[in-house]
Amino acid sequence: MNSENASGKVKSSPKTSSNLIEEKLFGKAYNYRVLKRFLPYLLQQKLLISSALIAMLIFTGTQLALPWIIKTGIDDYITKGNYNGLKWIVGIFIANSFISWASLYAQEVIISKAGLAILYHLRSNLFSHLQKLSLSFHTKTDVGRIMSRVQGDVFQLQEFISVAVVTFADILSLGGIVVMLMIMNVKLGLISMSVLPLLVITMMIWQPFAIRSFLSVRSSISKVNSGLNENITGIRVVQGMNREERNMKNFKSINKESLDATNSAGKLAFLPGPQVDMLTSISIALVLFFGAGMASNSSLELGALIAYVMYIQRFFEPIRSLTLHYSQLQRTMASGMRIFELLDVQPEVQDIRGAPQLPRLKGEVEFKNASFSYVPGIEILKDINLHINPSETVAIVGPTGAGKTTLVSLISRFYELSRSRGSLTIDGNDIRDHTRASLVSQISTVLQEPFLFSGMVKDNIRYNNTEVEDSAIVEAAKVVGAHDFIMDLEKGYDTILQERSVNLSMGQRQLLSFARAIVGNPRILILDEATASVDSYTETLIQKALKTLLKDRTSIVIAHRLSTIRGADQIVVLDQGTISEKGTHDQLMDQNRLYAYLYRMNFADTA
Amino acid sequence: MKIIVRIIRLALLHKWRLASAYVCLVGATVAYLTLPKLFGHAIDEIAMSIGQENISESSIFKIVGLILIMGTTKGILSFGQHYLGESLGNAVAYDIRNHFYNHIQRLSFGFHDKHHTGNLISRAITDVEALRGFVNAGLINTPYHIVTFVLISIIILNLNWQLGMMAIIFLPPLSLIIGIFRLKLRAIWLRVQENMGELSTILQENLTGVRVVKAFGSEEFETSKFNHKNADLSNEMIKASKLQALNSSSMLLILMISIGTILWYGGAQVISGQITAGELAQFLFYMQVMSLNIRAAGPIVGSFARATSAGQRLFEILDFESPVKESPNALHLPRLIGHVKFENVYFNYAGNTNVLKNICIDAKPGQSTALLGAIGSGKSSLMHLLPRFYDISSGHITIDGIDIKKASLSSLRRNISLVQQDVFLFGSSIRDNIAYGREDASFDEIVNVAKVAQLHHEIQEMENGYETLLGERGSNLSGGQRQRIAIARAILMDTPIIILDDSTSSVDANTEKLIRKATESLIRGRTTFIISHRISTLQKADQIIVLDNGHIVESGSHSDLISFNGHYRNIYDLQLKPQEEVMLEFESPCKVTGTG
Repeated sequence: MNSENASGKVKSSPKTSSNLIEEKLFGKAYNYRVLKRFLPYLLQQKLLISSALIAMLIFTGTQLALPWIIKTGIDDYITKGNYNGLKWIVGIFIANSFISWASLYAQEVIISKAGLAILYHLRSNLFSHLQKLSLSFHTKTDVGRIMSRVQGDVFQLQEFISVAVVTFADILSLGGIVVMLMIMNVKLGLISMSVLPLLVITMMIWQPFAIRSFLSVRSSISKVNSGLNENITGIRVVQGMNREERNMKNFKSINKESLDATNSAGKLAFLPGPQVDMLTSISIALVLFFGAGMASNSSLELGALIAYVMYIQRFFEPIRSLTLHYSQLQRTMASGMRIFELLDVQPEVQDIRGAPQLPRLKGEVEFKNASFSYVPGIEILKDINLHINPSETVAIVGPTGAGKTTLVSLISRFYELSRSRGSLTIDGNDIRDHTRASLVSQISTVLQEPFLFSGMVKDNIRYNNTEVEDSAIVEAAKVVGAHDFIMDLEKGYDTILQERSVNLSMGQRQLLSFARAIVGNPRILILDEATASVDSYTETLIQKALKTLLKDRTSIVIAHRLSTIRGADQIVVLDQGTISEKGTHDQLMDQNRLYAYLYRMNFADTA
Repeated sequence: MKIIVRIIRLALLHKWRLASAYVCLVGATVAYLTLPKLFGHAIDEIAMSIGQENISESSIFKIVGLILIMGTTKGILSFGQHYLGESLGNAVAYDIRNHFYNHIQRLSFGFHDKHHTGNLISRAITDVEALRGFVNAGLINTPYHIVTFVLISIIILNLNWQLGMMAIIFLPPLSLIIGIFRLKLRAIWLRVQENMGELSTILQENLTGVRVVKAFGSEEFETSKFNHKNADLSNEMIKASKLQALNSSSMLLILMISIGTILWYGGAQVISGQITAGELAQFLFYMQVMSLNIRAAGPIVGSFARATSAGQRLFEILDFESPVKESPNALHLPRLIGHVKFENVYFNYAGNTNVLKNICIDAKPGQSTALLGAIGSGKSSLMHLLPRFYDISSGHITIDGIDIKKASLSSLRRNISLVQQDVFLFGSSIRDNIAYGREDASFDEIVNVAKVAQLHHEIQEMENGYETLLGERGSNLSGGQRQRIAIARAILMDTPIIILDDSTSSVDANTEKLIRKATESLIRGRTTFIISHRISTLQKADQIIVLDNGHIVESGSHSDLISFNGHYRNIYDLQLKPQEEVMLEFESPCKVTGTG
């Protein structure tokens, strides 16, 4: 018994080998790269963005004009007692206001359209990229982590877009104000700007502290989220094991950590505020002080002085909001890094350029000298030679870890057989030379764990075969013996299944998977321990249906319960990655080697 | 509105922080609003000095000095206001996250059957974040803007009531716009968030079911499914942003028109000598402060709307009462002996047809009861009733004569171990996973139960032994190992009652043997309920209950039921006996004859 036991160890899962999307600390020099990657998304919306920019320019212009119009009103008309002229100026002011209104509305609507379009594409790209990534990626990356990329990080980008727009408008108006101040009076303009270097220096000191603090907020929050995630998904165990109180204590402590980190980041985030306030008042004080002198010798008019004060009030407001948005920008850069890092993961299984489609298959499968490993150096399959005739039923048996699932995974190209390490052909076509889509559309697989999507029963059976008629669905359900229980459901085939399909038993779920597998009439059917998780009642149902299921198509069946495969045309025994025996049941029993041993043990075990 | 009030009440739990934030807020506003007045005075001083030889430097000095003092005061106090506001928001988010977490993990299975985990998680993350943002924006910034408005109104009315009236006449239409906008936006935000939840469900299913997706080559199908929802979400958000844009631009327009009016009317008054240029300037400065405030207030209105819908979604969960409730003065059960009785038990899932009907079972201490039946016959439901994951609709379940409804949930569950079909492992070490229900267990105890559960050798062969980290859903362990971890957990819990769902056979013969050994050690001496189709288990069971369509159709020992010649005999002949016969073939020394 011991020789087989050795392989009953931990499956050498590739999970531990790589942490592609490990949380790292980003945040400084990477900004440029993120922005560069982001550029194509922006360019895609160039029409919207440029119209928004025009609207923004108009709006900023009208806003900058306000103090100027007021200045003109005061200096040219009010102080001169020209009432009619004043009316004109007010008319211009009102007209300007309407332009301002229209351009602001246009700017906001257009920019949010552009932003949402960008997000749409980003999410969509992420999702379809995830679809392209091979199983090896998915087995080593946590679902929760990917979820937080597609949701949390994209959400950060969304915030970023709105902040970026405000920031851009702020910078635009900053520039405009400087120009206006200089136009009105160069000397006073320079005086009012004299506090700026002070601001720049303090911001440079502040920045690195802020970055570090914002990053620690991010990582503490992601800890909180993963704590939540795990507890909600594992709720049934939590309650079964009475762990609520202990969990609460743990959660509270990570939540508290996050609270502390957020609070100390808050202190830093608001620090520039008082500074801007002080600098504003210093700047205005300077203008008033020196302006007073200039006014008295008539080198400066009163209205201009008023306009100066108004401009400076407006000048520092954008600076304040820039500092407030600083943390947002940092967060976005980190999120952007993570998003693009995910998009950069190369799918291991990729169609070669211009790969043709496979024709309708007969189902002749041939492995020639095929070897495979997930991790270099640890061979899972060694030099496999296997020929399966069309419409044959082949059973693959062997101890846990022998490589059975890997073998069938190669047929569906879940993993790619490397070209230097043997070949896998179907009807003589090397599957690597053809599109994967044309391959898997002719293969159906039933896995050990049934997986159903939320939605109607019939849509779960139909799944991606959208052209399948309802009648064909009923037909498939009848063949696998699922029709009766489906009809017993409240709404029959229209019953909506909940997540994890708790309203169905494991066996029922598996029957639906079987129906889904045959509804598209595949040429090749792969059953990977398909009856292992079901109760024996369901198993009997499936066994009965199998005759019909396996007829006229190539079938590859992995099973532990050896009684179920005695009728196979060919039984292949895998042991530690190599084929150790091949033949019919009777032949193998006569050989009296591993198969015969496993077979006997299988039954002895039920004693 | 009720929702906003509830959020406010949460913030009031931190009343000192809130109060200090308000003190800072009022101080900052007062300091801020003296500034335009000082600017105006300065202008007047300067205006008077125009044409005169020497200006009164001392009065300018005084004003400029006051401007610096007020500016600094404002800066410091508004830092306090912002920081306190932010930390208040953080504190509320902290409280609500704890509350949410705790509440969710206490809601019974009936709740979790209906709620997608993705949806729950999105509530806990995005909706809590929306509330956090609101506490600062809504509870601190909103009063700040209101105080600013009120103070500006008082100041300018004092200055010149006619001009003042002209300036504030626009306030009523402004608040009307905000009100209408708020109502509309709230409805849209609710839809946005629903859409987000659905999108996240699609994503999660896609990722957890990735093997199916890949096997069927349905990547494109999935992408179009996702993009469809993705587009829905975008469209809803465009609606929201249009509304937001209309609101903020209209507010600005109204304000600018009122500034125009002041320029015209005030200008005329300056011409006619009724007010000074400095006073007009003061008006304009105040209006400018007001317009800056209104622009800043725009997003706040949005945050109200978001907070209302986020609050609604959160409170919906927080208010959800668990269908399984403890009675007010629940009994704390000691360690029980384990005499379980089901008396005329009926059960249904949330008002649907009865899944279990008139169930009567008497399981004596230490006895094992096997449950047998077709899929959908009610076996699993029956198992979930004893630990009160669901409550029965009528009848009684008693343990040692105590109705389980009278017991506290934790003391009840401390007496029952459940080994489920779907073993969930947590992202921590093997050691922690085994000790999941009893974190006080010593390492020796853990090793001991691992030995009993036939797991010790395999764990030792792993690189990090008991400290080996298990990934999400423990996917780096085989099915058989996961099952034995569940058994080890149960052994460690050492409860008088065991519920075991042993209907799977997802393992090879060797592993199956290990599991059986582990199971036997687990159930020895305990009252056990076991779902199994394994002939050996059934033969050893003290009683077998055969369920059909929610009814108990037969019960008794293996030999009783075989001789009874009913359902059990039927199942036995069809499914169980073939196993047994092959088994006997092997036990006899004669040659094996396999049949196809």
